[in-house]
Amino acid sequence: MFIYNSAIEKIIALENNIFLLKAHCPEIASTIQPGQFLNIKVSETTFPLLRRPFSVCDVEGDSIFIMFNILGEGTKLLQKKHIGDTLNIIGPLGNGFSLGGNFETAVIVAGGLGSAPFPYFIKKLNMDKKIACFVGGKSEHDVIQYGMRNVKVSTDDGSLGFKGNVVELLQQELSSYEYSKIKIFGCGPTAMLRSLREFTIKNNIECEVSTECAMACGFGICMGCPTESAKQNDKYLLVCKDGPVFNVKDVVI
Amino acid sequence: MNSVDLTVKIGSLTLTNPILLASGTVGYGNEIAEFIDLNKIGGIVTKSLSLKPRKGNPPQRIVETPSGMLNAIGLQNVGVEEFLKEKIPFLKQYDVPLICNIAASSIEEYVECTRLLTTEDFIKAFEINVSCPNVKEGGLQFGNNPIAVGIITQKVKAVTNKPVIVKLSPNVSYISEFAKVVKDNGGDAVSAINTLVGTSFNINTRKPKIHNVFGGLSGPAIKPIALAKVLEIKQKVDIPIIGIGGIMNWKDVVEFMIVGASAVQIGTLNFIDPTASIKMIPEVEQYCLENNITQISELTGSYSSQK
Repeated sequence: MFIYNSAIEKIIALENNIFLLKAHCPEIASTIQPGQFLNIKVSETTFPLLRRPFSVCDVEGDSIFIMFNILGEGTKLLQKKHIGDTLNIIGPLGNGFSLGGNFETAVIVAGGLGSAPFPYFIKKLNMDKKIACFVGGKSEHDVIQYGMRNVKVSTDDGSLGFKGNVVELLQQELSSYEYSKIKIFGCGPTAMLRSLREFTIKNNIECEVSTECAMACGFGICMGCPTESAKQNDKYLLVCKDGPVFNVKDVVI
Repeated sequence: MNSVDLTVKIGSLTLTNPILLASGTVGYGNEIAEFIDLNKIGGIVTKSLSLKPRKGNPPQRIVETPSGMLNAIGLQNVGVEEFLKEKIPFLKQYDVPLICNIAASSIEEYVECTRLLTTEDFIKAFEINVSCPNVKEGGLQFGNNPIAVGIITQKVKAVTNKPVIVKLSPNVSYISEFAKVVKDNGGDAVSAINTLVGTSFNINTRKPKIHNVFGGLSGPAIKPIALAKVLEIKQKVDIPIIGIGGIMNWKDVVEFMIVGASAVQIGTLNFIDPTASIKMIPEVEQYCLENNITQISELTGSYSSQK
């Protein structure tokens, strides 16, 4: 874990109010794994007081990228930053996705801003793995395909691609003989992760999901981000330290 | 060159400097040790311990508020036995005073926890949490009741020779009445303040933002209240006070000491900048040098009454 002030190198506006922020942080860039996250202080004042967690979206040399949309006060401030402004960053935090394993194809399932960790994931995945991406959103404006490959799209309102949710699309597109050859990597809203969990457990498909929860510190001292363990009823797991990426069988979503 | 003696005494407990890390904001020390040298801090107060492990409250446990945060963790902890077996060995690598915070659901449980923990030499003092607002039984139920606070102080003191610090609730009319009860029953010091009861609702769903509905407010938003409570105790009761509440920098440390604190605890700030506590030590020392203070305890209660 590192903590330091990092200079903003670039803020790129993608479509539909989605932004990419590039920041110079060599130590984090050289150690962070896909699915891990950063906890970022977006102001030097007490407004907002707490850091904001962002999964690493990509790494380029000594720099990291995060992806965000304007959701609240923190991200509003972030979007207004200038090149050269500094952000205080703690990272890398938590556990990332497992890149190795016996699967032939990595099947990415992302909903909304859940696309954020996958550009770096795809970059770091072993060359011998195939990639299939399923990207969903409420409408076409919520579908984020940045950095994705071999993409199939779903929207709840049918404005783009398959009409329905992304897990329904996944079930329609996957044939059962493929189940043993794939591993699913999911990130998105809780309802999506819940149905992904149900689908993968029922069909015995390997699956890892990246979860989220309101948190303060990001490294285990505030104990603010519990998630129900599927294996131990008497204690919670912490999203920041035990996750945010979990084997879907280890957590109750 | 002039130097400043930063050591402070809380009863028989000697600290190399007055800056401690507050209970519930450092876990059991291992995570924050990745950021700071624990040997340099004045002391560590553990996450509240209960006799048996506690699972804590379901999510959502935390919500941010203007210049503050509400938490309702629900005293999640590993319990006394696992603490002694699994957590203390890590802390023993450091030369840092360890204060165990105890939170219990009954008077008997407070006593039993203390009895079991006091045999461990590495533990230098106890902080009795009679004021957690986030659990149904115990906590505030005791913290609001001076008779219960008196009995707990007395019975805990009876099973340990180590200093007993009672962490007081600000959710009462006169905190000094509780400080007096602690003193009259043999308590060595008080910590003030624990969090203030608060809540926050989502205006679209009309649901509470935290699962427990009510949570404890902390952070810079509560600093003026904490200062007033420390001052109230200082003016009414002769007992060492550990000041807590929204400290964000060295100036806040000095301010707490001026109104009566012998030492302070850094809480919510550890979540925002885990390195901040250590950085304040030389800054407080510099302030003392510039103000011709040779022993830091000269600051305690040194406020001017001139208006």
